[in-house]
Amino acid sequence: MKKLVLASAVTLALATSVAAADDVKVGVIMSFTGPIESLTPAMAGGAEMALAEVSESGALLDGTTLTPVRGDATCIDSAAATAAAERLVTSDGIVAMVGPDCSGVTGAVLANVAVPNGIVLISPSATSPALSTAEDEGLFFRTAPSDARQGVVMAEVLKERGVESAAITYTNNDYGKGLADAIQEAYEGMGGSVTIVAAHDDGKADYSSEVAALAAAGGDVLIVAGYVDQGGKGIIQASLDTGAFETFALPDGMIGSSLTDDLGGDIDGSFGTVPGTDSPGAAAMVELAAAAGVSTEGPYVGESYDAAALIALAMQAAKSTSSSDFAGSVETVANAPGEKIYPGELAKALGILAEGGEIDYEGATAVELINGGETAGAYREILIEGGEITTATYR
Amino acid sequence: MGEDGSSVELLNALIVFMNFVGIPAITYGSQLALGALGLTLVYGILRFSNFAHGDTMAFGAMVTILFTWGLQALGISFGPLPTALLALPFGIAVTAVWLLATDRVIYRFYRRQRAVPVIYLIASAGVMFVTNGLVRFIIGPGDQRFSDGERFIISVREFKAMTGLPEGLAIKTTQGLTVVTAIVVVTLLFWFLNRTRTGKSMRAYSDNEDLALLSGIDPERVVMVTWLIVAALATIAGTLYGLDKTFKPFVYFQLLLPMFAAAVIGGLGSPLGAIVGGFVIAFAEVIITYAWKKVLTYALPEAWEPSGLMQLLSTDYKFAVSFALLVVVLLFKPTGLFKGQSL
Repeated sequence: MKKLVLASAVTLALATSVAAADDVKVGVIMSFTGPIESLTPAMAGGAEMALAEVSESGALLDGTTLTPVRGDATCIDSAAATAAAERLVTSDGIVAMVGPDCSGVTGAVLANVAVPNGIVLISPSATSPALSTAEDEGLFFRTAPSDARQGVVMAEVLKERGVESAAITYTNNDYGKGLADAIQEAYEGMGGSVTIVAAHDDGKADYSSEVAALAAAGGDVLIVAGYVDQGGKGIIQASLDTGAFETFALPDGMIGSSLTDDLGGDIDGSFGTVPGTDSPGAAAMVELAAAAGVSTEGPYVGESYDAAALIALAMQAAKSTSSSDFAGSVETVANAPGEKIYPGELAKALGILAEGGEIDYEGATAVELINGGETAGAYREILIEGGEITTATYR
Repeated sequence: MGEDGSSVELLNALIVFMNFVGIPAITYGSQLALGALGLTLVYGILRFSNFAHGDTMAFGAMVTILFTWGLQALGISFGPLPTALLALPFGIAVTAVWLLATDRVIYRFYRRQRAVPVIYLIASAGVMFVTNGLVRFIIGPGDQRFSDGERFIISVREFKAMTGLPEGLAIKTTQGLTVVTAIVVVTLLFWFLNRTRTGKSMRAYSDNEDLALLSGIDPERVVMVTWLIVAALATIAGTLYGLDKTFKPFVYFQLLLPMFAAAVIGGLGSPLGAIVGGFVIAFAEVIITYAWKKVLTYALPEAWEPSGLMQLLSTDYKFAVSFALLVVVLLFKPTGLFKGQSL
């Protein structure tokens, strides 16, 4: 009897230690159904690439492997996303999650699942400024910049170009409104003057009355926070026709080939900001993904890789796979000081951390966590010259 | 400020007004008037509100665009004027065939039944959806560009260089073309209705159907001529609108409301009323949603300079203006300004 109890105890202890040290599950919660279902397979692929890279290296906490478990976030149905995340936590026993992707469901999963269970959540693509102030107990991170950040970047560009006053028009939805508010706040904070903030609706034939109101308010440039294939272009065309504005400041939704195809040299001197980086990580990511059969044509694939990589690196730095232990290490591994780490170098990074060294994870998207755990975001400043979109600088 | 200074200021105010209110409203008014004329003719002679009219305009413009592309591919152009003008007759012909076909298949049946107007109205809504789908099926739901030739009669830069004034004025070729075409078309239409035998028989049929039939007017002929004229009006209006703004099928559907408002305000069945109504709607929409700050800054003495935008309604409410006008007219003068038939 004594022997049996002892044997059971030993087996149990062995089993537990095996489970704890050797295989850990990480949730990959993406909207595999819903409005962005065409983007998510590549995003999940990016995250799983990083997890596989870590597992194959055998360098994480004496050979711990990370196994991805997928869940469907649906993008629009908060209840369904919460249920999926809850299932991953309670029945699959995940220790951290990559995703969700859309801002709405990310907020719901954060509040209903991540915070109550003490699970780290790193979203690769939620950009809503509202998430910056969400109650997260230090568990929420994102590798995509908040739209508020683009507002600041745009304001900096305006100031550096000597623009003293600007009119803002935005497409009448959450994206346009959020971005317009962010730009206005940042620009006014830097001493710029915003003459008018007016919405425009997409899909109209004629924007002359919208432009008339903008022209009456005046301003050195017109900031168009809209879509290039929708009303944004109509606004610019009407402004040019009536001579209301000649220079335009264009956030990411306005940067596209149809801008210069249709308007060409008429908007020379206009400028804009669009997410992008010249970091060597971006090129490394494309190569790595091609080898793994993951498409990098869609957005947020690099961000997904980075989100998963950060989880593994933070575990190594904290020497624990428990969220409550490694949540505090995410920012440490993501930011300077330390050796810069790019995609494909996770084994090296894990080695450095095991020896007690420091790393600065750059990843595919030049990750730099600020403001309580969201990436600063790398932006490409563009300038329209000779009817072409040219890169002015990266910031 | 001296006498000269204030007259220059007033001139600037006038130029800003013309650039942002006057010219756009005159152009838009001409386009609405042409559309409303088509509606009012159908109402006066066939006696129903034709919901399909907006999409007939889209259909006509679409055919014209297809022929324009064909001409452009052949290398044929119209000098400084848009090639679409050359394609217009083809567009009108195909649209006429389409309208006569819908009349033969649908409306004639109800005419023989002597159906009440509301049945026609519902039938025309059906025609609207079919035309709507057909246009999207053939040319797609997106924007189409087909304008070519000179873009401006006078551009802001040229105007500033010419006059030396700080404010500029732009007149697009399409704007000038719209107004000139509208004047020509309206003149021809009035000449036709008042001077020709067929025109007179149409008016007689509109005034009193039974009396007209007794005096030997062939109703089918009147109906056919009406559809031909409507096809011409709709195609011209649709093409001009597309040239001046942009061609997108959904936009023509949206135009239905201001066009109906124009026809009702002028008095349904009255061609003159349709024209006046078109301009009333266009000016009301633009004037009420315009921010007057710049004009007033120039026009008023410095002490009275406005600090706000001086905008009565945000531009989002543009369509609400035509709705409100429509309601007011129906409440106080249901027959419209020019004594049309009451609804």
